[in-house]
Amino acid sequence: MRSPVELRGKPASRGIFAGPVTRIAGEAAARVYSGSAAGERAALDAAIADAIAELTVLSEKIGGEGADMLAFQIAMLEDEALKAPAYSAIESAVVADKAWSAALAVEIAGYEASEDEYFRARAADLRDLRDRVLKHLSGTAGPSGSGGMILAGEDVPPTLFLETDWSRGGAIALTSGSASSHVAMLARARGVPMVVGLGAFELNGHDEAIVDGEGGILILSPERATVEMWKVRAAGLAIEQAREREFLHRPAVTADGVKVEVLVNVAGVEELDHIDIETCDGIGLMRTEFLFRDGAPLPDEDEQFAAYKRFLEWAKGKPVTIRTLDIGGDKPIRGLTPDGETNPFLGLRGVRLMLARRDVFRTQLRALARAAPYGQLKVMLPMVTIPVELTEAGEEFVDAADALKDEGIACGMPPLGIMVEVPAVAIVPEMFASAAFFSIGSNDLTQYVTASSRDSSAVAALNDPGNPAVIRLITRVARFGRENGIPVSLCGDMAGDPAHIGSLLKAGLRSLSVSPAGLARVKAAIANLRVGS
Amino acid sequence: MTHDVGLHARPSVKLTKLAKGYASEIEIAAAPEGPWIDAKSIVKVMALKAKRDTIMHVRARGADACSAVTALLALIEHDFDDDHANAVAG
Repeated sequence: MRSPVELRGKPASRGIFAGPVTRIAGEAAARVYSGSAAGERAALDAAIADAIAELTVLSEKIGGEGADMLAFQIAMLEDEALKAPAYSAIESAVVADKAWSAALAVEIAGYEASEDEYFRARAADLRDLRDRVLKHLSGTAGPSGSGGMILAGEDVPPTLFLETDWSRGGAIALTSGSASSHVAMLARARGVPMVVGLGAFELNGHDEAIVDGEGGILILSPERATVEMWKVRAAGLAIEQAREREFLHRPAVTADGVKVEVLVNVAGVEELDHIDIETCDGIGLMRTEFLFRDGAPLPDEDEQFAAYKRFLEWAKGKPVTIRTLDIGGDKPIRGLTPDGETNPFLGLRGVRLMLARRDVFRTQLRALARAAPYGQLKVMLPMVTIPVELTEAGEEFVDAADALKDEGIACGMPPLGIMVEVPAVAIVPEMFASAAFFSIGSNDLTQYVTASSRDSSAVAALNDPGNPAVIRLITRVARFGRENGIPVSLCGDMAGDPAHIGSLLKAGLRSLSVSPAGLARVKAAIANLRVGS
Repeated sequence: MTHDVGLHARPSVKLTKLAKGYASEIEIAAAPEGPWIDAKSIVKVMALKAKRDTIMHVRARGADACSAVTALLALIEHDFDDDHANAVAG
């Protein structure tokens, strides 16, 4: 038994699990050439048949949305057009696994290069089915998915998640990965604890581990006493989560009867499949950055319009606040964001960049104006610092809508509001009284007020949204909004943190926008509070 | 084609499954001049990357060509709705 190792990553799905840890099988071993093209061809056919059989069994077992994804993988594996390039490579004496990998690499690259997010996401399915066949080819396919253990590795293929029997418990710990991946969403829906972004670690010799999906912690080879302590916490958490779930389908009301709006923050279309609109008051922040990918062509007006319209239709008449493109600084897109800024968080980002790149801004505003008739759309500008930015963006929006009308294209003019995240706005909100609404971006506001970076662990203690200076600014903005009939909400991480919700309500806020996974918890926390109005 | 996301994974699975139910050679295209692609191959159907509001074209050659074209068009027109596709195909 090795000595304990504690690693920190990013939380992806809440929950605690302690138990055996196993490495997610990486690349399959290389296959040994059978000696003939016929032999390789037969081996590939057999491996594909085995993979189809496995997926069929799995599909019958799980049903629902997961089964649809498997039906797609099965249909691909059954298609001669997928295998044809592999067969022809095999004829020129290539080993079956190499032939298969090369054939799939072409397909995968095709999907990855797509400008459409839906098609790009299918690349993961193709990698998944490629690897399944490869494991059968090399004979390394083993029983998996027994559940009851921590799966650790670089990434979890969606099918491995689906075939795992999570009713026996278990967790996921990834060296890389993202909290917004498909698997992370499945994990949250299924209540499987998950941590991502742990960085590379060695599993050799570590047999047991603890995953804390809330703190983003992985402890390898924990001491017995540590395990006992975490097991008590896990039991407490399970009770707490069950209690919170009771609040999910109810409106959010404080213990003394004050109603609070709770909306969701979303960053991609696929998230919509995992949220029930009945459990929230609309979308408080829709990020549009997912439409713009580094290295891919910029999304055209039609593509953006289709995406915005989909969110509006999903919301069934509830408000949808879409934020105009908020890139720059740490989120570069070649050809769009400036190169070599020494202090990117204080550079050309958000609305500053859009006003410098009117062509890109105009396309987005046209798409938004066209989507407006499909629901209750609100449009929000990020990083506003001085009133003239709001004026100029507003003029640009009116021009875009006028041009659409001249072209005879149906459109609407949604209310235009601003993010309050730059201290210059939070200190003198009265200068921005022409905004239709304020949405406080507490993450950036905290970073700017406390002069501490959001992503530096060394100054994490300073980067506290509960800092009295931040709270005072929030109170000021909320009061100004209330006195002048300007709706104010808050869409940063602190809205999802029960430790801060009390002070936000006390500051006068009655509208919070949180990550979908946090809805039940936030509503439960609100129900527990009194604001004494 | 009015399906929300265009000819994506789920609709493509349905379309190719329906096409495979016919003996005829069936081809689809996203433009009248082609390129025409095999409606029974999901790899090729997906590669079309047909978006919402694309006008889809269907052609078939064989004994059951007529009913094949009718069924495929009905599936596309009715948003890849399961019940409708079954009613026509069944």
